[in-house]
Amino acid sequence: MIANFMAWIEKRLPLMDAMNKHAAQYPAPKNFNFWYVFGILASVVLVNQIVTGIWLTMSYEPTGEGAFASIEYIMRDVDYGWLLRYMHSTGASAFFIVVYMHMFRGMMYGSYQKPRELLWIFGMLIFLVLMAEAFMGYLLPWGNMSYWGAQVIISLFGAIPIIGDDLTLWIRGDYVISGATLNRFFALHVIAMPLVLVILVFLHILALHEVGSNNPEGTDIKKKKGSIKPEELSKFTFHKQYSEKYDIVDAIPFHPYYTVKDLVAVVIFLIVFCWVLFFAPEGGGYFIEAPNFEPANNLKTPEHIVPVWYFGPFFTILRVVPDKLMGMITMFAAIGVLFALPWFDRGTVKSLRFRSKAHMINLTQFVICFIALGILGTLPGTDLANNIGRVATLGYFGFFVAIWFYSKNEKTKPVPERVSG
Amino acid sequence: MSNAPVNNGRRRFLTAATSVVGGVGVVGLAVPFIGSWNPSAKAKAAGAPVEVNVSKIEPGQLIRAEWRGKPVYVVRRTEEILSTLAAHDDQLKDPGSTEPQQPVYATNAYRSINPEILVALGVCTHLGCAPTHHKGDFEQHVSGVKDGFFCPCHGSKFDMAGRVFQSVPAPTNLVVPEHSFPTDGTLLIGISPGEA
Repeated sequence: MIANFMAWIEKRLPLMDAMNKHAAQYPAPKNFNFWYVFGILASVVLVNQIVTGIWLTMSYEPTGEGAFASIEYIMRDVDYGWLLRYMHSTGASAFFIVVYMHMFRGMMYGSYQKPRELLWIFGMLIFLVLMAEAFMGYLLPWGNMSYWGAQVIISLFGAIPIIGDDLTLWIRGDYVISGATLNRFFALHVIAMPLVLVILVFLHILALHEVGSNNPEGTDIKKKKGSIKPEELSKFTFHKQYSEKYDIVDAIPFHPYYTVKDLVAVVIFLIVFCWVLFFAPEGGGYFIEAPNFEPANNLKTPEHIVPVWYFGPFFTILRVVPDKLMGMITMFAAIGVLFALPWFDRGTVKSLRFRSKAHMINLTQFVICFIALGILGTLPGTDLANNIGRVATLGYFGFFVAIWFYSKNEKTKPVPERVSG
Repeated sequence: MSNAPVNNGRRRFLTAATSVVGGVGVVGLAVPFIGSWNPSAKAKAAGAPVEVNVSKIEPGQLIRAEWRGKPVYVVRRTEEILSTLAAHDDQLKDPGSTEPQQPVYATNAYRSINPEILVALGVCTHLGCAPTHHKGDFEQHVSGVKDGFFCPCHGSKFDMAGRVFQSVPAPTNLVVPEHSFPTDGTLLIGISPGEA
């Protein structure tokens, strides 16, 4: 009966086939480590954001007059409203933590290199949309930091020659940031951006499954058809989409092997997430900033306008450049160079494990500079902070310049044919 | 597909013509979507330029106008005030008005179109309080300067061109909004000369 029904469905929509192709018979390298859990964690957070977001819109009022009060209404009067809102605001920060880790994994093991360039670009587009989504979401509570943060970022576009002023007017829909701005940001935050985000995630996963997952050694688990002795082939059944084209070695099916492993990661992640959620939902002022407990006031600028921590690195790059327009260009360039990383890196050895000492040093200094830029972004822009920020900005861009030079003729260790260990 | 002969040229032409017409349609359709982001008629009305009659302002007197929800100070500066403006340049943070706190046509020694009339937002550039106008008794705040603005909130000081003094919390000079004088004696705040 059930089997007949399933067969009826399968004939009209190949659901089981898709499940097998993307989970139960998807060949994943057997040597995934800790760093490979962040993709799944990002999906978990995405679901959290979408579900809590839908529930928040049920009590939120997207108007200049009502927004701030409706947040307080959610926090005080709506049953479990505080929990839903904190899940959403903590989720935003958690999203960036796992996405930054996920990106770093890609850089460490060369997951952006050929043939995964497009996969990387989809990932970067997700990152870009995520930043826009977070920026617009931060305006919605209509607190004073929401207001002035948006003021600073929107006024950036005013630095563009000729069209700048008209462009900022068009973005705001008013002469100052007002209810009109709030309303359009709300529409973009709850409909447009999430839709784009979900589509991009879908494409990211499709592109991943087409080229296959990289692994900590950067070896290829798909070998030329017929090149591997039958007794050395992976013992598992993989979908014909993969096994007909290649000889697959050192692989295990994503489900159940990695779903179970990822479940452990999800549980540990949720424990940490819930700890923040229940004991430090404001994240010590980093997840929700103190001035945001005051309503937006266009006549009262907060003492230090600092972005939420996850924008810190890019905000510092913007701030340390003395010229407004150049600052904006440099900031966007900082994201642009990440997009182009697959072409800055001219090497063919993927994993840090087999690459040169120079690469190790370069990646380390990049991480240090990135973290330094992030910390500086949450501090007031003193002269000392700006000078340190300039050095870190040079280090950030220096990574890409350096990798372009040394990766061409890099002294690498031999990459094993097969996954070792 | 049939094996009938295909006129590739005609097929290419039809594809191109359809694409072009369709493209025009897409552009046309984009107009309302982009246009709806412009300030609405309501926002435009609320942000419309404000007209002020300046002919009746006594020398040295300050009047307040309201524009886009913010107080605008309009002062008729006396000959004496104008002639002493340059005397305290060395005590100012930005005597030459290099920060873009004013339209280009007001980037001059007086920070105004008409030297006599100062038009500035009465919003302290520190935290947005309204500075008080001190007429003749500003020396209690800055010795040697008779007129100026003093912000009661955190003690920021500005001269009669809205330029900020050193060692006060306000980072920049007072904002000079876009303004113009369509006729002698009429000030229009919110619109640059020649734009109306």
